[in-house]
Amino acid sequence: MHAIVHNLIHIAVVLIAPPLLVGVINKVKAFFAGRTGPPLLQPYYDIIKLFQKGSVISETTTWVFLAGPPIALSTAILVSLLIPAAGSAAPISFEGDLILAAYLLGLGRFFTALAAMDTGSSFEGMGASREVTFACLAEPAFFLGLATTAKLTGSLSLSGMFGPELASHWSSAGASLALVFVGWFIVALAENSRIPFDDPNTHLELTMIHEVMVLDHGGPALGMILYGASIKLFVFAALLVRLATPIATRLPIVDWLIFGVGILGVAALIGVIESATARLRLSHIPVLLVAACLLCGFGLILLAR
Amino acid sequence: MGVDAHPAGWFMSISLVLWGAATVGLSGVPGLFSSAERMSGQRLGAILAVLGCALGTAGVVEYWRSGATASIVAPWRIPEGEFAVELDGLSAFFLVPVFLIPLLGSIYGLEYWKQTERRRNGRKLRLFYGISTAAMALLVVARNGLLFLAAWETMALSAYFLVTTEDDDPEAREAGWIYLVSAHFSTLCLFAMFGLMRATTGSFAMESIGSGAITPGMKGMIFALALVGFGLKAGLAPLHVWLPGAHAIAPSHVSALMSGVILKMGVYGFIRTATLLPSVSVGWGAVVLAAGAISGIVGVVYAIGQHDLKRLLAYHSVENIGIIYMGIGLALIGRSIGRFDCVVLGLGGALLHVWNHAIFKSLLFLSAGSTIRATHTREIDRLGGLLKATPATGACFLAGSAAICGLPPLNGFISELLIYLGLFRISTGERAASFAPAAAGAAALATIGALAAACFVKAFAAVFLGSPRSHEGSHAREAPAAMLIPMIILVCMCFMIGLAPVSVAAPLDRATDRWIGAAVRDRGRLLDFAPLDRVGAAAIALFVVASIVGTLLVYRVKRTASRASTWGCGYVNATPRMQYTASSFASPLVGLFARMYRIRTVRPEVSPVFPRRASFESETSDLVLDGVVLPVFRFTAWVFSFARLTQRGSIQAYLFYILIFLLILLAWR
Repeated sequence: MHAIVHNLIHIAVVLIAPPLLVGVINKVKAFFAGRTGPPLLQPYYDIIKLFQKGSVISETTTWVFLAGPPIALSTAILVSLLIPAAGSAAPISFEGDLILAAYLLGLGRFFTALAAMDTGSSFEGMGASREVTFACLAEPAFFLGLATTAKLTGSLSLSGMFGPELASHWSSAGASLALVFVGWFIVALAENSRIPFDDPNTHLELTMIHEVMVLDHGGPALGMILYGASIKLFVFAALLVRLATPIATRLPIVDWLIFGVGILGVAALIGVIESATARLRLSHIPVLLVAACLLCGFGLILLAR
Repeated sequence: MGVDAHPAGWFMSISLVLWGAATVGLSGVPGLFSSAERMSGQRLGAILAVLGCALGTAGVVEYWRSGATASIVAPWRIPEGEFAVELDGLSAFFLVPVFLIPLLGSIYGLEYWKQTERRRNGRKLRLFYGISTAAMALLVVARNGLLFLAAWETMALSAYFLVTTEDDDPEAREAGWIYLVSAHFSTLCLFAMFGLMRATTGSFAMESIGSGAITPGMKGMIFALALVGFGLKAGLAPLHVWLPGAHAIAPSHVSALMSGVILKMGVYGFIRTATLLPSVSVGWGAVVLAAGAISGIVGVVYAIGQHDLKRLLAYHSVENIGIIYMGIGLALIGRSIGRFDCVVLGLGGALLHVWNHAIFKSLLFLSAGSTIRATHTREIDRLGGLLKATPATGACFLAGSAAICGLPPLNGFISELLIYLGLFRISTGERAASFAPAAAGAAALATIGALAAACFVKAFAAVFLGSPRSHEGSHAREAPAAMLIPMIILVCMCFMIGLAPVSVAAPLDRATDRWIGAAVRDRGRLLDFAPLDRVGAAAIALFVVASIVGTLLVYRVKRTASRASTWGCGYVNATPRMQYTASSFASPLVGLFARMYRIRTVRPEVSPVFPRRASFESETSDLVLDGVVLPVFRFTAWVFSFARLTQRGSIQAYLFYILIFLLILLAWR
């Protein structure tokens, strides 16, 4: 009974909460810029509005163009059911689910890039090319981090790796976990197209990565993309929160509270970083991603003794 | 054929396999006696090939059903040779692609390489297509070293004739020549290897060597020779030099056979040798794992730089062979440190990837063949927008692309998952010696997966999406049914293994039995270590969720959407030539790995005032072939040019040489 309630809450949270993260980031950025900024719930209004709008579809495109957004959204939803949220295990959890999660995100990326290429626009081609290039560097960092937590906890499922078991290792292998946290934070920024990798608010298509890939999508398709992107952001934030606070108290309410505060904290931190730093030159992005790989790699090496 | 030793052996699994192999082997013969102008010979040949492959597959199914290892031993007149064949789990596993791909390839060939259109070489192609299939079937059941070598050489030589099908093309002759040289170098290593095994055991019988019967030095030598000899055939980088050229130039259903099955014979040989040898040290396992990882990265990085569709696919074979070797390396490590879960997962993943690669790579080559037939070009940057003209071929290529990138819910994901699980399991272990290679292996596999996805976004998008870039691309027509049906069957298989992975557990357990031994088998089977049922359920869930969300979108969009041209960021006169090309798409990645290529670029000089027509060209070449192998060959040719001094052309001189040689031999004794 307890597990069912927990799973229902989990599903509700991962489906409803994600756009709020984007709202928090925008609020923090507005605060730093001295503006009032859009309402906290603006991302919800945007998505609802987009679902009600019509759209214009390019004559060049085929069904692949329409397949991109639903696949990206459904893979994100499925991944959000694999990651542990508060205290208890995720609704879907089995040995090796970490690999499924990583490859589901890969599937979403694959079809988003294909949908972009389907328009025949060189701007979208550029975006797709950058997206898949940077993914090649982010992926090993992500897996090295996973190997670190897997080695510490001896578990091969995300719920085990980021469960209460991990908490005891913060005292013995804190350095490793801290390195992985920083490495993964960089990966999260890259995967979710945040500054310093990509500026979602830039006005020049030539410098964009993710935004330029979805230039031709509009209406419900764009709504799906925005919603899927926010779920993906939520997934990475949740992993970071569970990595930093892998605790489970007896009280589920306290667990959810800690988790919620953590998630909002990550969003606020992203907002601060976006306010304080500028976007990197595209040619410098690989350097930062390689640094993330090295951080996670060092985290792993520290465990070898 | 072998004399049946058992009275009731006609329906025994091994006899069915041998009869099937014989039928396929003869499938090209009727064509030789029928008119080159008519289709009748080809039709009869295709019927024979399908019949033979079905017989062989029936043998495999009969083996799985009965579960009894079947063997036939008959005398053979070659000294020390013996016609010893046996069907065990490993052989049965490899026989599946051996019979499946030629079956589909023969049907595909009915339209793709029609006798009436290819009068010059159609009959030759079909003859050697059948012979190579029969040789491979014999190869995987052979249990005598000499029989193995005979089958190996038959396969290698018939593959040479397949590569040079269009022998009037200089490019085909050169690719065939490079292939022939490396095939023989590979056979040479195998001769040495079997010689060493003969020296150890006293016979050419392929039987397990006990750990007491062999010195560590000898074991290492045999292992190294197997790694190089079989690695050359499998196309393990840096021994892959023959592969891209041969696969690109051969007709597409031959490329499917070569990439899908012939390469796997190298993998089979290596696994079989490792089965015969006693457990090797952790170091050797790490070497194989590293060789696999390097091959995987080299293969996919070179693939990204290609402009030629089939050459790109060929380099992906190097990558996938790398993944297979990573699994084998993992299993070797597991065996030497006594982690049987890692043996089950590593070897299981490697073997399943053998099937998967045979399925999706054949699918990709066949759909590439349809594309080439429709457009008459292999140049990716001249194509585009083909999904509208050839929707079925395009959908098949897309399914193959997703499968080869290891994306769920397709088959490639399952085999990569098994290897990942094994790597993670070892890296959570205590021993540092096995922990480091395993963790590095997991990161390498992740990189390979992401690079492969990048490469196939490029390939599929440039060929099938957007608008046609050239005249060739805009007049394409969909392939006929004989070509589409084999492709659709392969797509179904990709989905079947991806959505119901539990179905492959039993054949995999049979195939890994010999490595694990009955004693420890009770400790666990594949399903005990890999939650394939959950993975299958998750794949189905993905399918369902994506269909629901997709239907929702289509429903909304169909009612409201209007059509217009692509948003050009303000520019309204965009032409198909302004689309992002495959080369531009790959350029950031090529730049990241620039040290691994030789990049040749021809940049135009643009004069500022009155610019003339300018063109830009770039080409990436293989560092191993163009940087190492060819220079070494040129140097060797130069050294041996001095031997020409002795070639006087007069018979007296040659008689004189013989006399001197005989005198030396006499003095020796």
